[in-house]
Amino acid sequence: MSILLKQISKKFGQFSALQDINLEIPEGELVALLGPSGCGKTTLLRIIAGLESADSGQVQLNGQDITHQHVSNRGIGFVFQHYALFRHMTVFDNVAFGLRVKPKKQRPDEATIAKKVHALLDLVQLDWLHDRFPDQLSGGQRQRIALARALAVEPSILLLDEPFGALDASVRKDLRLWLRHLHQELHVTSIFVTHDQEEAMEVASQVVVLNHGKIEQQGIPSDIYDHPVSEFVSRFIGQTNVFHVEKEDSQWLEHGGIIFDDPQGLVAHVRPHDIQIEKAETVEQSPIILKDWQHLGATIRLELSKIAGSENIVYAQMPNEQFKNLNLTKGDHVLLQIKQAHWFN
Amino acid sequence: MRQSHVIQGFAPTLGLTVVYLSLVVLIPLSTLVVKSWQLSFDDYLKVIGSERVLASFRVSFVTSLVAATITSFFGFIIAWVLVRYPFPGKRFLDALIDLPFALPTAVAGIVLATIYQPNGIFGEFLQNALDLKVAYTPLGIVVALIFIGIPFVVRTVEPVLQEFDTTMEEAASSLGASRWQVFSKVVFPNIFPALLTGFALSFARGIGEYGSVIFIAGNLPYVSEVVPLLIITKLEQYDYGGATVIALTMLVASFLLLFLINLLQLWVRRRSGQV
Repeated sequence: MSILLKQISKKFGQFSALQDINLEIPEGELVALLGPSGCGKTTLLRIIAGLESADSGQVQLNGQDITHQHVSNRGIGFVFQHYALFRHMTVFDNVAFGLRVKPKKQRPDEATIAKKVHALLDLVQLDWLHDRFPDQLSGGQRQRIALARALAVEPSILLLDEPFGALDASVRKDLRLWLRHLHQELHVTSIFVTHDQEEAMEVASQVVVLNHGKIEQQGIPSDIYDHPVSEFVSRFIGQTNVFHVEKEDSQWLEHGGIIFDDPQGLVAHVRPHDIQIEKAETVEQSPIILKDWQHLGATIRLELSKIAGSENIVYAQMPNEQFKNLNLTKGDHVLLQIKQAHWFN
Repeated sequence: MRQSHVIQGFAPTLGLTVVYLSLVVLIPLSTLVVKSWQLSFDDYLKVIGSERVLASFRVSFVTSLVAATITSFFGFIIAWVLVRYPFPGKRFLDALIDLPFALPTAVAGIVLATIYQPNGIFGEFLQNALDLKVAYTPLGIVVALIFIGIPFVVRTVEPVLQEFDTTMEEAASSLGASRWQVFSKVVFPNIFPALLTGFALSFARGIGEYGSVIFIAGNLPYVSEVVPLLIITKLEQYDYGGATVIALTMLVASFLLLFLINLLQLWVRRRSGQV
């Protein structure tokens, strides 16, 4: 189902957690609410769920105003950051819970419930754990059980609060892809909260960037990466080099081939992979040296600095192969070329 | 099976535990057993089988059970309020809970007897409005035991309630559970083992309670005479054998009951995967 938020505001005492949020999420999307901690993303998710109420504004589900509906009537599935599995119930009973608490008339019989629960446990590939208790499971397993539990009631929307936050790196990577595939299979409108931009870019079909209780930008991941609308988004999504034109940073840009007849702003952001490197023929040709470099797997990250002047370090990134061909060593003088910059005021 | 722990010292701590418990609990109680051996089995049956003794056992166990049940119910609510809601005077109320621990029980007994006797504040009202006599009846004993038992329930339930992960409630609610279902299916089962402990503690305390009870009970033989009082009475009559036999029987009965409650608790925890 589609979700529409109109002018949602929320204050905690003096602190304004959300200011005038307007957001439309079309049916079937997998949306990431992305932002640094304290930006209000979890609060927004909880308001959509009905676990928190907004001070003002409206929440609509498929065109229907549900602002004042209790969470238990909204038909949403919520997956909590720390899973919130019922400790006193087995995995099976956890997943069956949503079906068993239905009013008598809508409640399926136990055989139907059992069938459905096992099907869901199969879906999350954990049916073999059905008689265990949550305390006996690993973090990744608990996460998947929590998801199965939320899916049992066939929610119209699925909300996930930092779904991978408490997992270790390798499990997180697997679960991200798994969630994306699951979404493609089920097609239920889903929103998940994350502070990890990589995770948002990898999993979501749409990303909403939040900062200080406001939406900075909304769009498909590649759009947000390629066309950040604000300095905040540009800094937050991926790595970037920041050059202040009015300070001596402009020399960097000039060295990089950007000519200031008409600067388009006060600050230029340059992605590391938008900087091209060439080995200088002679020392006089360039004041910029390769200070250090790190191997990041498929790519190499280079730390560049100037011999004199600002202590700024500029990062460039290039594929392994290319770096090998350049045949650079630490301390070599290099020439840069900036292929693209984003300008902000 | 040897496991390595960060803090070693199984042998000395267990040794200390055994010695301590022997000195403080086991040896004093075993003299009770030794003393009772001086009586024959027939004598034993004669003492225990007497109407008055049986009646006192009934009074003690029934009033303790009733009081512990009532205390568990209200103690749970008090603990709930103290943990869940901020309100002015909370700290004061919190301190009030422990008062029955500290107060000499005789003081409690005298105060309760004063207000519940037929011309006391509560007593007069209950008499006129409901035709209910509290002081000098078994009901009076229940009142005294409720007073004594409250902190046991509150203090055992409180920390468990505090630790309770409230997102479980939110999860249940998001899955469509009504408020009552959230409570009965999620909150209560998690608190129940602690509540059972509180029940057992206040029940045990009730059976042994002497000080507060004798002032409000009226101590009518066959009606409102509790076992501890009967023991004292026997002692005052220099009937050491009789006193010992009653004491021993009570000891065994109490132990069995507490053991049963412990088993029940274990079963509950097992069932809910907490062991």
